Amino acid sequence: MSDAARPSAGRDGALEDFATEIGDSGAVAVEGGRTRWGLGGALAPGTRLVRAPAGILEHHPEEMTVRVRCGTTVAELHGELGARRQLTALPGRGGTVGGALAVGENDVSVLGRGRVRDAVLQVRYVSAEGRLITGGGPTVKNVTGFDLPRLLVGSLGTLGLIGEVILRTNPVPPASTWLQCPEADPFAVAALVYKASAVLWDGGRTWVHLEGHATDVAANRAALAALGPWTEVAEAPELPPHRWSLQPAQLRTLDRAATGPFVASVAVGTVFATRPQASSELPAGLQALSGRLKKEFDPNGRLSPGRSPMGVTAWT
Amino acid sequence: MVRQLRRHGPADPLVEELAAALSGDRVRYDSAQRSLMAHDASVFSGGLSGPICYPTSTAEVQSVARIAAAHGRAIVPRGAGTGLAGGAIPLGAPVVVVTTMMTRILEVDLDNRVAWVEPGVINLDLSRQLRPLGFHFAPDPSSQQACTLGGNVATNSGGPHCLAYGVTSQHVLAIDVVLPDGDVVTLGGLEAEPAGYDLRGAFIGSEGTLGIATRIAVRMTPNPPWVRTLLLAFDFIEAAANTVSGVIAAGIVPAAMEVMDRPIVEAVENFVHAGYPTTAAAVLLAEVDGLEGGTAIDAERIAAIGRMHGATSVRVAADEAERERLWKGRKTAFGAVAQIAPSYYLHDAVVPRRALAEVLRSVYEIAEEHDLLVVNVFHAGDGNLHPLLLFDARQSGVMDRVHAAGGEIMRVCLDAGGVLSGEHGIGVEKQEYMSWMFTSDDLDHQNRLRRAFDPSCRANPGKVLPASHSCADIQALRRIPTGVWL
Repeated sequence: MSDAARPSAGRDGALEDFATEIGDSGAVAVEGGRTRWGLGGALAPGTRLVRAPAGILEHHPEEMTVRVRCGTTVAELHGELGARRQLTALPGRGGTVGGALAVGENDVSVLGRGRVRDAVLQVRYVSAEGRLITGGGPTVKNVTGFDLPRLLVGSLGTLGLIGEVILRTNPVPPASTWLQCPEADPFAVAALVYKASAVLWDGGRTWVHLEGHATDVAANRAALAALGPWTEVAEAPELPPHRWSLQPAQLRTLDRAATGPFVASVAVGTVFATRPQASSELPAGLQALSGRLKKEFDPNGRLSPGRSPMGVTAWT
Repeated sequence: MVRQLRRHGPADPLVEELAAALSGDRVRYDSAQRSLMAHDASVFSGGLSGPICYPTSTAEVQSVARIAAAHGRAIVPRGAGTGLAGGAIPLGAPVVVVTTMMTRILEVDLDNRVAWVEPGVINLDLSRQLRPLGFHFAPDPSSQQACTLGGNVATNSGGPHCLAYGVTSQHVLAIDVVLPDGDVVTLGGLEAEPAGYDLRGAFIGSEGTLGIATRIAVRMTPNPPWVRTLLLAFDFIEAAANTVSGVIAAGIVPAAMEVMDRPIVEAVENFVHAGYPTTAAAVLLAEVDGLEGGTAIDAERIAAIGRMHGATSVRVAADEAERERLWKGRKTAFGAVAQIAPSYYLHDAVVPRRALAEVLRSVYEIAEEHDLLVVNVFHAGDGNLHPLLLFDARQSGVMDRVHAAGGEIMRVCLDAGGVLSGEHGIGVEKQEYMSWMFTSDDLDHQNRLRRAFDPSCRANPGKVLPASHSCADIQALRRIPTGVWL
C-alpha cells in the first residue's frame, strides 16, 4: 500500500501547499492572530513567517469531533459549532486555532470545558524537513502508538508547524450563569459546588460560573446562599494581562505584592496578575531531555527559532 | 551441566550486582519465575526473561536501570501483567522490573485534589481508599481489580466511565520517571499549566518504551452526588448502536454507555445473575451522574431515545444494590465467556460512533467466515469495540484463524475511519498493523520521540513501532543474547 492510501494521509491540497511553503530550509514560523506573539521569546531576526490554511472541514456533532485547519479563528470555529450547540476547550480570547494550540493556554472556565491539551485527537503538522506528519487519530479514544498530539500542544511551533487538527467537541450546556459574591470563601465555594466551570477570586470578591441543566444551576445557586449573598453578573471579570501558573493549593498563600491586583482561578491554579511571574529554570534533567527532543524533531533549529516553551535560554 | 551450575553461581555478574543493589530475595533468576514472566495476559510469549527485579523505591529502580545499561541489557517494566497486547513480555532476555512491591499511596493532597501513588498500586484499591474522602480515580478498566496504576499509565487505560471523564492521560498530572539511562525526571506538574513540553502526555501510553514510572500524581475526581443507571433491551444490536449515536447527537454525554450482545448476556446471567434480559439481541447499560435534577432529565431523555430506536424494555436500577449487580455483570463479562468456549481472544479497536452498526455486522461476518464464534461487549459510547473471538486452543490451526480474523476486523475498523486501539495499546500484537494507519514519515516521528527518551533503545525494545521503524532489531531480540545463561 502506498503512503498516500493510508488513512492518516488523507490528501488535502491546502495542507500540501502549506508544507511546500514551509519547505525544508531556512528559519520559519507560523503567524496567527499575534494575540500571544511574544510568548516563549522573540523570534530570531530574519525568520520567515507563513500562515496556516483556514477552514472548518468536518463537524460531526454525534461524534463530538471537528476537523479544522489551524488558520481558522477560534471565534469562527465556535460560531459554527455553536450553531449546533457545541464548542471546544479552546479559549475564547481571540486568535487562531493553531495559535491557541501552539500556546496551550486553557479557557478561564477550564473546569467545565476541559484542558486544551486533552481536546486534540489528531494533529497534522509540517516537520522541519517539510514533510506532512499525522499524529493521533480521528476518534475520541485512541492509544495507537506514541501520543504526538499531546507533545505538539504548547510547543510554540518548535517541533512542527500545525496545519490541521481534529478536536473533541462538547455540548453547550443548556444553562449558564456567572454569580458574584463580595464575601464568600472561594475555597469553600469550590468545595461546595459539584462541577463548577470556574471559581474566580480577586482577594475579596468571588465569582462562580455555573453550567448545566437549569435545575442543577438553580440547585447549586440555592446551596451557595449559605456562603454569602450572590448577584448574577453578565460574564467573568476582566482579567489582568499576566498569567501565572501555580498549584491550586498555592493560592491560599498567594504573594499579593508579587502579583499586584489579580484574579485567581481557584481549584486550577492560574493567576491572572498585573505583574509577570518570575521565570524559573526547569531542572537540568528535564532540560536535557527536552533538548534531545528538539534535536530529534528539528535538528537544525529552523522551526520558530528564538522561541522555547521553557524560556529563551533553553537550547543553549 | 556447567551452565546449570553457573546460573546460580557467582559467575553472573549482572545478577550479583542487581542483588547487591536490591536484596538477594528481590532479584529472581530461577527458571520458574523466568518462565512465568515470559507471558502476560495476552496470547503472546517472549521467551525466557533475564533477571527479575522487585524494587521498592525510585532509587532502586534507578540502580536497576544503571546496572542493566552497564551490562548492555534491556529493561522491561511490568505491573500486574494484565496487558492484552503483549506489552510486558520479555524480548531478548531483558531485566524485568516488576513494580508490584511499590504499592504505597504516598500522599493524598486534598487541597490540590491529587494523590501521589507508587506504580504498583492496584486501580480499584486506589478508588476504595479515596472513596470515603469523597473522591475516586476515574479510569476503571475491566481488569481494575488486578491492574496497576503503572500499567494504566503505560497503556493510557480507559474503562466504561471514560466516556464523560476521559482516559488515564486526563487524570495523571505528573510522573516521576526513571529514564533508560538511569536519570530521574519529573514529567508534568501540579501547576495549572506546567512549563515546557508536555512530556507527561508523551510518556502516557508509551507502553514502557520511554522509561519506568515510579511515582504518579493522579487527579482525584469527586464522587457524583447522584447516579442513575439504565438498562435498555433491543431486538437488534444495530438499534442499540444507533441509540448510542442518538444520545450523543442529542447533546447528552453520559458517564458510561456499554453494549453487550445476547451470547455474552446469557453467559453473564449464568455467571453472576445480574438481572439482564437473556432474550434480547443486545442490551445497553447507560449511566448518568451529577446532580439529582439533571440526571433525572438525562435518564428520561436516554430512555426516550432508546424507545425511539426500538428498545423493548427500559429499566432504571432502583437502588445501589441493583446498580452494582448490573455493573458486576458488565465487568465480569470476559470471565463469563469461559462457559461458551475455553479460550478467547479479546480485540480492541475504535470506530466513529456512526459506523458502529455497520462495523458490528462485518465483525459477525468475518468470524463466521473463519468458523469462529464471536461475542461483543464494548464501550459503545466512545465507539470502542471489543470483539471476543471464542475458540478451543486444542483445535489444530485455530490460532491461525483467530489471527487472520483479527487482522480483518482491524482492517474493517480502519476503513470505517477508526484506529487500532482504544485502550489496550499496540504491544507486539498490532505493531505490524501500525503501517496500515500511519505513513512511513508518521512512524519516523513517533520513533524520534522514542529516541529522545531512549537513545540506545533499551526500554522495552521491540514493542509498539513496527520492525521497519523501530530502533530495535526485532529479529535479534528473538534470539538470546550472548552472556545469558540458560
